[in-house]
Amino acid sequence: MFQPDFEAMPRTDLEVLQLERLNKTLDRVYERVAPYRAKFDDAGLHPSMVRSLGDLANVPFTVKDDLRAAYPYGMFAAPMRDIVRVHSSSGTTGQVTVVGYTKGDIDRWGDLMARTLASAGATADDIVQISYGYGLFTGGLGVHYGSERLGSATIPISGGNTKRQIQVMKDFGVTVLAATPSYALMLAETALEMGIDPRKLPLKAGVFGAEPWSENMRTQLEEALGILAIDIYGLSEVLGPGVAAECECKNGLHVNEDHFIIEIIDPATLQPVPDGEMGEVVFTTITKEGIPVIRYRTRDISRIIPGPCSCGRTFRRMQRVGGRTDDMLIIRGVNVFPSQIEQVLTGIPGVAPHYQVVLKKRGSLDHVEVHVEVGPDFAFDEIKALEHLQRRVGAEIASALAISIEVKLVEPKSIQRSEGKAKRVLDLRNEGSE
Amino acid sequence: MIEQISVFLENKSGRLAELTRVLGDAGINMRALMVADTAEFGVVRLICDEPRRALRVLEDGGFGASITEVIAVAVPDRPGGLADVLETLGTQGLNVEYAYCFVESTGDAAVDIFRVDDPTRAKSALATQGIVVVEPGALYVAD
Repeated sequence: MFQPDFEAMPRTDLEVLQLERLNKTLDRVYERVAPYRAKFDDAGLHPSMVRSLGDLANVPFTVKDDLRAAYPYGMFAAPMRDIVRVHSSSGTTGQVTVVGYTKGDIDRWGDLMARTLASAGATADDIVQISYGYGLFTGGLGVHYGSERLGSATIPISGGNTKRQIQVMKDFGVTVLAATPSYALMLAETALEMGIDPRKLPLKAGVFGAEPWSENMRTQLEEALGILAIDIYGLSEVLGPGVAAECECKNGLHVNEDHFIIEIIDPATLQPVPDGEMGEVVFTTITKEGIPVIRYRTRDISRIIPGPCSCGRTFRRMQRVGGRTDDMLIIRGVNVFPSQIEQVLTGIPGVAPHYQVVLKKRGSLDHVEVHVEVGPDFAFDEIKALEHLQRRVGAEIASALAISIEVKLVEPKSIQRSEGKAKRVLDLRNEGSE
Repeated sequence: MIEQISVFLENKSGRLAELTRVLGDAGINMRALMVADTAEFGVVRLICDEPRRALRVLEDGGFGASITEVIAVAVPDRPGGLADVLETLGTQGLNVEYAYCFVESTGDAAVDIFRVDDPTRAKSALATQGIVVVEPGALYVAD
């Protein structure tokens, strides 16, 4: 543990600290951020009315559109002379939003990412390769500052140039990799193509995030790279990476609750749900100065895993994010998350976990094609085996998703590999009927 | 045993041409080619002069390919020649999954390629009936 005084803090002390920090944050945004003041006034709420953590449920939500409307700096709670860094969201779901950090924010961010790397077992002795993109995206620099804070030797290689990544990993003796899980898989494949067995390299751990991934994908990454693979979570509106991370128990991501208050709400009723129940994740930042967010609706779907963790951290755990309310596809009225398809594919031998979902209209009906790569080691001579594989993929996806789909087997490595977030869905439904 | 290359191809126009071009550019000569297709995809089966190198060339060229062991038989050029071969396999309970035929440019015998479930047993069954099983060296460079 990087900061055991906080990470293993007794819950009662933590809740006192949270309330104190929440009150400060509410005062700060009410005084300094016009959209918050207007929102609170409309709701008849004054920060002084929040006397317990439970009272947070009476505070209005913040959504991405609020940040868009305030583009670029309208939600900042610090004057620009105090802002030392600006990032923007990756624009995954439309127009970008801008976030600013004070010196104090950057300092705390370093601590939080150092906690994250430490929970993957990293120490000052490690060599950390950061293959997240650097730039406006928070991934690269976010991990970077944490790695330096921990004292690890930090390699700011950023994304792309995959063969050079492998060469660096091998020649520099890299022990910890930070990347998106899909890019980590591509690194493993490329290494093998170059005749380098990544399992024989000193690499021992990977911190993977910025896109949803499955438990099966973890098994694959751990086997292919010979590492411990942990899931990390963050979003630029709340901080960037460092909001939550798995520990070595790999059973849920500990939320850094001394800096963020997590709530899970029912996206229909907007009411908080009890621990254990699935819903939309909502965060309130309680130490940020540059751009605090109050009850920010992330659109990510998760739940709180009830009960303490055996690692000794007292922070509650959120289950790995399985999808987003806005990644969710509505196909013939059924809610489908692309990650459910990945989960199915990684459980079937003979197929690679690379896939693409193509949505079309046939007449008035949604038609779903799932393109699946045949694994490179398949016995390609066996037509029966290929047809069997095709049927099995179709049946298992149909049973997991409760919709019928058409499976198309495609050639190994023919689906475009991504160096950042994988593009899994091609929605052609608005481009006319077949 | 004869090493046949099997390649998985999506049903996309020009894909077979790309496959043959990749082999041609690498200086690999094909002795026989058979395309099996379904509604969704095809499997191309090839006998070529350097099978191991052909496999590497295809994999490097982005194709999903593997080596399959088949047997090759010099079928007597007379009525009933193929029937003799198939009956011999049939009486041994050996199942033929697929077969195809090509004519050797040098000789007058036709060469038949068989994919059977137990090639070793098939080979000895054919040999006891005096049927000529073609050795790899006669078809390609065993690389």
